Amino acid sequence: MSTRRFLLTAAGLTVLAIAGTFLLDPYRNYQLAVIAATFCAAAGLTLLIGVSGQLSLGHAALMAAGGYGYALAANALTDAGVDGVPRFLLAFLAALAASGMLGLLLGLAAARLSGPYLAGVTLALVVALPAFAAVFGGVLGGDQGLQIAFDGVPAPLRMLVALEQWQAWVAILVTAVVVTGIAAIRRGGAGLKMRAIAADRTAARLSGVRAGRVQVGAFTASALAAGAGGAILCFVTQSVSPGGYTLAFSLLLVVAVVVGGLGSIGGAAVGSAIVVLLPWLIGTLTGALDLPAEIEQRLAGNLGVFVFGVLLIVVMAARPGGLAAAVPVSWRRRGRRAPASVAPEPEVVDVDALPHHPTATSETER
Amino acid sequence: MDRLLFLLATGLARGAVFALFALSLVLIWRAARIVNFAQGAMAVTAAYVAFAVTALTGSYWVGLASGLAAAALLGLAVERGVMRFASHASPLSGVIIAIGLVMVLQSLLGMLAGQTVRPMAAPFDESPIVVGGVPILSPYDAFVLVVALAVMAGLALLFGRTSLGLQLRAAAFAPEVSRLLGVRAARMTTIGWMLSAAVAALAALLLIPTELGLNPHSTDVLFVYAFAVAVVGGLDSPAGALVGGLVVGVAMSLVTGYLGATVAPIAVLVLLVGVLLVRPGGIFSAREARTA
Amino acid sequence: MAQHRPRILRAALAVVGAGALVAGAAGCSTPAVTGAAAVPGVGDDVITIGSHQPLTGPAAAGYSSISAATSAYFDYVNDHGGINGRTIEYLVEDDGYNPANTQTVVRKLVQEDEVFAILNGLGTATHTSVLDYLNQQEVPDLFVASGSTNWNQPEEYPWTYGFNADYVVEGAALAQHALDTQPDAVVCLLGQDDDFGDEFIEGAELVLGEGGLAAVERYSVSNQDVAAQIGALQAAGCEINLLATVNGFSALALGTAAKLGWFPQWYASSSGGDYPTLIGYLGEDLGPKLLQGFTSTNYLPMEGDAWVDLFRTINDEYNGGAPFDGNTIYGMSVGYLFAEALAKAGDDPTRQSLVDAVSSGDLVGNGVLPLAFGADSHAAFHGVGITTVDQGVQSYTDSAYVLEGDTVESVELDPVPLEGEGIPTAD
Repeated sequence: MSTRRFLLTAAGLTVLAIAGTFLLDPYRNYQLAVIAATFCAAAGLTLLIGVSGQLSLGHAALMAAGGYGYALAANALTDAGVDGVPRFLLAFLAALAASGMLGLLLGLAAARLSGPYLAGVTLALVVALPAFAAVFGGVLGGDQGLQIAFDGVPAPLRMLVALEQWQAWVAILVTAVVVTGIAAIRRGGAGLKMRAIAADRTAARLSGVRAGRVQVGAFTASALAAGAGGAILCFVTQSVSPGGYTLAFSLLLVVAVVVGGLGSIGGAAVGSAIVVLLPWLIGTLTGALDLPAEIEQRLAGNLGVFVFGVLLIVVMAARPGGLAAAVPVSWRRRGRRAPASVAPEPEVVDVDALPHHPTATSETER
Repeated sequence: MDRLLFLLATGLARGAVFALFALSLVLIWRAARIVNFAQGAMAVTAAYVAFAVTALTGSYWVGLASGLAAAALLGLAVERGVMRFASHASPLSGVIIAIGLVMVLQSLLGMLAGQTVRPMAAPFDESPIVVGGVPILSPYDAFVLVVALAVMAGLALLFGRTSLGLQLRAAAFAPEVSRLLGVRAARMTTIGWMLSAAVAALAALLLIPTELGLNPHSTDVLFVYAFAVAVVGGLDSPAGALVGGLVVGVAMSLVTGYLGATVAPIAVLVLLVGVLLVRPGGIFSAREARTA
Repeated sequence: MAQHRPRILRAALAVVGAGALVAGAAGCSTPAVTGAAAVPGVGDDVITIGSHQPLTGPAAAGYSSISAATSAYFDYVNDHGGINGRTIEYLVEDDGYNPANTQTVVRKLVQEDEVFAILNGLGTATHTSVLDYLNQQEVPDLFVASGSTNWNQPEEYPWTYGFNADYVVEGAALAQHALDTQPDAVVCLLGQDDDFGDEFIEGAELVLGEGGLAAVERYSVSNQDVAAQIGALQAAGCEINLLATVNGFSALALGTAAKLGWFPQWYASSSGGDYPTLIGYLGEDLGPKLLQGFTSTNYLPMEGDAWVDLFRTINDEYNGGAPFDGNTIYGMSVGYLFAEALAKAGDDPTRQSLVDAVSSGDLVGNGVLPLAFGADSHAAFHGVGITTVDQGVQSYTDSAYVLEGDTVESVELDPVPLEGEGIPTAD
């Protein structure tokens, strides 16, 4: 696909999504905005896990960094008398700065770690988020988090769109820009280098790829996307608090990325829609079944998590072909490694169709 | 000084539990080269079995034994039923499947048993023996320490002195070669999983009576701490798990005592990142830093 | 590359398709230019209200029984003809104690279910996240289930009203009680590391003065090991420990101290001082011994009151005989107060007439002290009664305190007697 067609596709999808908001009632538009924010973070995460081969279980913390950055800047700007679009843009930049900084730091650590170690560090990070909010309670507002001033619909649009629809527009536009950026990285030279490192770090370095730098870059880019997602959520809900960015939410992001197909941007979109809508659908369903209150209470919440868990296992176990292709070779055991040709689109490669033999792990097009 | 002594003493018993749980992570790592992120959820599931049996029979010990047996069976089921499908070529798929397992187990427990916290009684007196005005160890703490040390010693004997232990190690380190030499490598991996799950369940069962009680999320924090312990000690090193556990247990107690409970999770993160950056293989890792 | 584009397109189509499905019953988002003054949630014979409650998740333990009790009370009212000829439909949404979920479910209640009012939304962090939204939408936000002082800001949040006696009041009352009964005792405090602890400390220091607490320790809900904190309190020679703790951590504090062979006096917030719940944590054997003399606060009827007898009957009949504890009384009392507000909001209630009824100061509720609602007070209780446990029975002492401004005054208990069948009427 040429760059021009790529950009046209992106623009087309954005217009389509914005047109779609006219079909939705306010609550659905709110859900759409949440899906967009989740998609932002998931697109970054799919780049990180699926393309560069680094697993983060703590992306919710990076979203929170974006949310806090946005809220702190927005409140400071409100105090300084700035509002409207300038406030939104400046606060958004602050969100990117906050999440980008945190992502850079994590990325520097990540470049030296990998596999389960990185997963564990990011896990500890998201678990420590409420502690950070409490220790720096003076700035971050502790458990209750921060509230920001309300951004209404701009005056010229007020007759045309409702508040939730306007928020959905903002969410869609931001997401469009961020995801296009991620997709560009993925299909460009940087993405190629990431795949090269994921496939075989040593071989990539021998051919002149600066592995550490690329890994840090991947982590930072994915953190920026997550931060943008956090900023959208903060804009839509006018608040940010540690309780919204739990380990459970972090794992849901992983679900979104895996279920849709690792490394695929479209997959991240589908996955995000699933993780936002499924709990609500299940709630509606169990509500409609007219179950005894006790049973309904036990199913609520739990059933959704159960379905997500099963989805994760089944997708990873039953479709190893489609997914294993995106699984980086560097994580395979030492000694099993073979110089791999770097396929431009590893997601269409089927490794598991090949026998598990140390030397047979070269990749072929399906 | 009294304060320091008190904090050291309280940290020690918790540290022993962390060490035991970390040891279970080491076991599985050595057997299957997987960091089992579902270890906590599996342990809490076994704890529910122990709780139910204790409630039924009235005996703590029967409950404990059933819990450990259930954990071993769960280990078997997970290895044969789920982890078998993990791509052997990539730890990533193992980690993601394990996370799926966490969600499945915790939500099942939530649906079957509800979210209520069920207090578990300790089999021993929990009031500590006072030495020179400072409460040191309770009989229960002593029990925890003894059990933890005994299990570790037992495992050291198993791996160091018995033929089964030798086969387990061989199958883990060189599966192809050991298979050629007649070791049933697949069976050894399964045994490793069962052993590891039982040890993790034991750690959870020792910890829960000292906390609020049993809940589907009882082991969430334990897992994070134990992971930090395993990393500090080195995923390959059982001795490292022991020392790491005691270090982390005491460190957490000191941090809570002097800096406040709120800071503890941050301290874990700092410790984890610090150790990984300085010695990615853990402090007790003999070999060159391992990255996967 | 060629294989790639259809993938994206297919995915995009899937998303759009999902969106269209979701749109299903949906109307249009564009602001409707309707002049119809139909009041949301008010039908000819039914009133629909909603709530957000933690029914699942790690923090849910011990809270889910509140909304069940409220629902049972409403079922009882509905079976007796409802309020002003309308039955009450109570929609309870689970937010898992997660503010992100709260925002979603409250929007669902307001926009999709079009509830008349939000009742008894539970939790400080969770409810704070929808405070602005509910007030912008001008939805009555009645009787929030948390003791934060956030809810009592009539200027800023005219649609929000609290229910619990706030944490400042509780801290001040317990400190004053300590001072009145044992002026020379060393008073310390164990508090949660959030606004609960902060505001409680603020109240205690109003009475004892800055630095009047000999030791202050904090705990975090994520860490169930409080040995270090209890050890510090013991080392400081504390004789009375004020507890700004939830029930589970009250039990942990008592249990840990007992393990250290230390038996000081405990003065707990009403949020962490419910006897049956504490017995559940501490066990039938040990619990009653540890809790002898346990002091706490309350503002609702307790065991032995006619209200409690009525609630017990309702609980057996409409709540499947669920365990009866402080949460049950709390949930039904909230239901009663809402029913009373609704009864006084007129035959054709509007959102405005509902909050006017609360602000009028005419509501009496069923508490042991007069309600504090008025034009410039959105708090239900400015004071609390002191309770204590004797021989396994938790009951009010003669002490009660009211916080007026910055001063605590001793007052008499003034319980509201039960009239009729516990169903409020318009007059």
